[in-house]
Amino acid sequence: MSASLLALSTGTVHQRVHWSERVAHAALALVVLALLVFLAAPLAAILMQSVEGHDGEFVGLRNFIAYARTPALLDSLWNSVWVSAAVTVITIPLAFGFAYALTRSCMRGKPVFRGITLIPLLAPSLLSAISLIYWFGNQGVLKSVLQALGADAIYGAPGIVIAECFAVFPHALMILVTALSLSDARLYEAADAMGTRAARKFFTITLPGARYGLISAALITFTLVVTDFGIPKVIGGNFNVLATDVFKLVIGQQDFARGAVVALLLLAPAVLTYGIDSYVSRRQTAMLTARAVPYEPRPARGFDLLMTGYCSLIALLMLAMLGMAVFASFASFWPYNLSPSWRHYVMGLVDAEVGVAFVNSLLMAAGTAGIGTLLVFCGAYLLEKTHGAAPLRGLARLLAMLPMAVPGLVLGLGYIFFFNAPNNPLGGLYHTLTLLTLCTIVHFYTTGHLTAVTALKSLDGEFEAVSASLKVPFYRTFWRVTLPICTPALVDIARYFFINAMTTISAVVFLYSPETKVAAIAILNLDEAGEIGAAAAMAVLILAASSVAMGLFTALGWWVNRRTQAWRAR
Amino acid sequence: MTDDLFLDLRHVRKTFGAFTALDDINLGIRRGEFVCFLGPSGCGKTTLLRIIAGLEVQTSGEIWQGGRDISRLPPAERDYGIVFQSYALFPNLNVADNVSYGLVNRRVPRAEAARRVTELVKLVGLPGSERKYPAQLSGGQQQRIALARALATEPGLLLLDEPLSALDAIVRVHLRQEIRSLQRKLGVTTVMVTHDQEEALSVADRIVVMNHGVIEQVGTPLEVYREPASPFVADFVGKVNVLPSRVQGGQLEIGTLRIPHEGGDRPVQVYLRPEDVLARPIAPGDAHVFDARIDKIEFLGSHCHVHVTAQALQPHPLTVYLSLNFLSEQSLSEGSIVRLKLLPERLRVFG
Repeated sequence: MSASLLALSTGTVHQRVHWSERVAHAALALVVLALLVFLAAPLAAILMQSVEGHDGEFVGLRNFIAYARTPALLDSLWNSVWVSAAVTVITIPLAFGFAYALTRSCMRGKPVFRGITLIPLLAPSLLSAISLIYWFGNQGVLKSVLQALGADAIYGAPGIVIAECFAVFPHALMILVTALSLSDARLYEAADAMGTRAARKFFTITLPGARYGLISAALITFTLVVTDFGIPKVIGGNFNVLATDVFKLVIGQQDFARGAVVALLLLAPAVLTYGIDSYVSRRQTAMLTARAVPYEPRPARGFDLLMTGYCSLIALLMLAMLGMAVFASFASFWPYNLSPSWRHYVMGLVDAEVGVAFVNSLLMAAGTAGIGTLLVFCGAYLLEKTHGAAPLRGLARLLAMLPMAVPGLVLGLGYIFFFNAPNNPLGGLYHTLTLLTLCTIVHFYTTGHLTAVTALKSLDGEFEAVSASLKVPFYRTFWRVTLPICTPALVDIARYFFINAMTTISAVVFLYSPETKVAAIAILNLDEAGEIGAAAAMAVLILAASSVAMGLFTALGWWVNRRTQAWRAR
Repeated sequence: MTDDLFLDLRHVRKTFGAFTALDDINLGIRRGEFVCFLGPSGCGKTTLLRIIAGLEVQTSGEIWQGGRDISRLPPAERDYGIVFQSYALFPNLNVADNVSYGLVNRRVPRAEAARRVTELVKLVGLPGSERKYPAQLSGGQQQRIALARALATEPGLLLLDEPLSALDAIVRVHLRQEIRSLQRKLGVTTVMVTHDQEEALSVADRIVVMNHGVIEQVGTPLEVYREPASPFVADFVGKVNVLPSRVQGGQLEIGTLRIPHEGGDRPVQVYLRPEDVLARPIAPGDAHVFDARIDKIEFLGSHCHVHVTAQALQPHPLTVYLSLNFLSEQSLSEGSIVRLKLLPERLRVFG
């Protein structure tokens, strides 16, 4: 009693909540609810599952102990770790060299080189695995070269490592290009004034400046490889890794408890990466002041030529990889009749009624882009530009950042556990395209969210205060001012969602039914059935669709810019 | 006097964790008055303005506006227009849409709103700019439009948060006079936050000098300048010489100078403005006259800051203002001796 009296006398003044703010709080609550149901609940389901026995009883850490006593599974863990480490060690120096050429040399054709290395992002990662099989597989064109090198077959660890290097290269490259672009020319000028040699400048200025980028790129490469499912499935043969184990345990053996344990193992490096990366990126931004002068490379004939040669080699390898899949998808009967035909597209896809998977993919991608962009942008706006309801706000911020730390495979598994549970009223969503779409939105939520937050932060922070003083409710300012200014960011977010929805495998592989199968999954099924020609054809279709979408989104962006950003011109 | 009290702050206090941003602020502002909150950065002046606007919530205390307790009202239910340092104009809307932004929501008929926009842009000196976008205007022009937007709904209170700080020096001087004459014309009660003492002195009816979350002094510009209530005010507003002295036997002892002063014996600080040390006119027989040696002349155009040391004031150096004409007339340069006179009535003594 006396305590409450004391609280009353020293209590702070609380402003009355305006009705328009209540609207904002309700909308924010809806976003939080959606993220709770479609993100937090599935993750919680995995945690539950990992400590439950067959009849749902609590067994503590018994599942983890049982796992640690299964030699085959421990082999997979070791395989996953060393393969991922190998890919990281190979890819990071290669990508660093490429990024260095793009940012620090005066070589010609930079946009072309950059464009070529980004192509893998437009296709499912397993496209490179399919190409590798055509190059070095049992009936591959260069199988003899492989054998001359002493390896007996591409299937297994060598195939996984090579294919993953191609698949993760663009991811590592983008981070390293950003890191190397953030440099202060004045440091180099000061070094030059003191007569510093090039090698010393590299080791004392360039490398330390890019170290956070290197750490971040290495961590992300490792995580991408350790959690990738498609490539080991296609080219892994009998070589088991964690990601394929999860699939076998859950879909093959229905051993949910052990599947959950493996999923948590996959979650660990991702969460670690996320933690270190967010720490590192904070350091990175603090390092560069607003006064920094951007570095402008100067022509140096020998160096530029060397860099052109290096980039040409990498680009050529990339094109060889992509080109083989395209070529093979048109070959009539590999390897005996290589004359081009539509056979795999017509017989393998349309006649085999797999074409519907492609339509499903387009529907899912469109849904993800549409609903996802709306949800992400509204969520980011409510977080950044409205006030009050602090606990809800903190929860929303956490949930928006969480997907970054959750591999798709883990998310998909959580969806099975949660939505397939017998007494879940949302169980009807299971196997539907709607759930596939929602899962994909959640999977890629964080990047979209960060794009939206960046766009919103660039707006004057007092717009909302001015609106309130003029008695204009926030949603009117959102509609008349915020949204029109942010349309370029909206297009970016939609494009990101669309491309990723077209190419993703890991989360949706647990959730489809025969009717709602998507194109990327169809590739896996076709490959499993030995229809590798049709699988290649489907991969090429996705690549083509993503490229067209990319072009359309760029055109849309250009149009939107002209329509809504006219005021930027002086 | 209390009849025309328009804005009343009672015991306003604001803490951020353990930090006290504002401590027991009491202030009454009269209807139609132009008040400046002046102080160094971090003194709490902007926080106080944002509390009046409802953009921050005070930890305790009450705010009354026009006889209404607005302490707990959200911004949208208060009655004010606000202008920020960053202009905060909506960049994708043209001038007319910006100015009429608050009118549209009040269901003002379209023709009426258009007429009001024309009137307002004329009032702020930018007639014919209705179709332009903010990016096509200079900083000073944008701030005029922001002012027009804030005034469009005829608020009872105008809040200006460092409105001139982002502008060039010349535009700043020009615009502050325009804001002042506009405020006179409309008679709207205005609170302006600034860290620029010259700005505050030139436009305000009354200045509220703040430091470390408390009000140091409230007064007219002349009062604040001539009769600073504390060493901080004397130091922050204008330039000042500080001379450590003592009071002894009813006399103020500054070096060898003696000036009658009441109060018990104690060490004191004497605050003396440079312009209150005169070089002329000095008549023979004048009191408080002493000779000083010129150490350094800092040339500032029409007048100079002259740093001197005097035997009478040893060992404390003194800064005085002397006109360029006087220096050349008397052919004074560094090392010369000049005769100076203190104005005892202008000395401020702080214990």
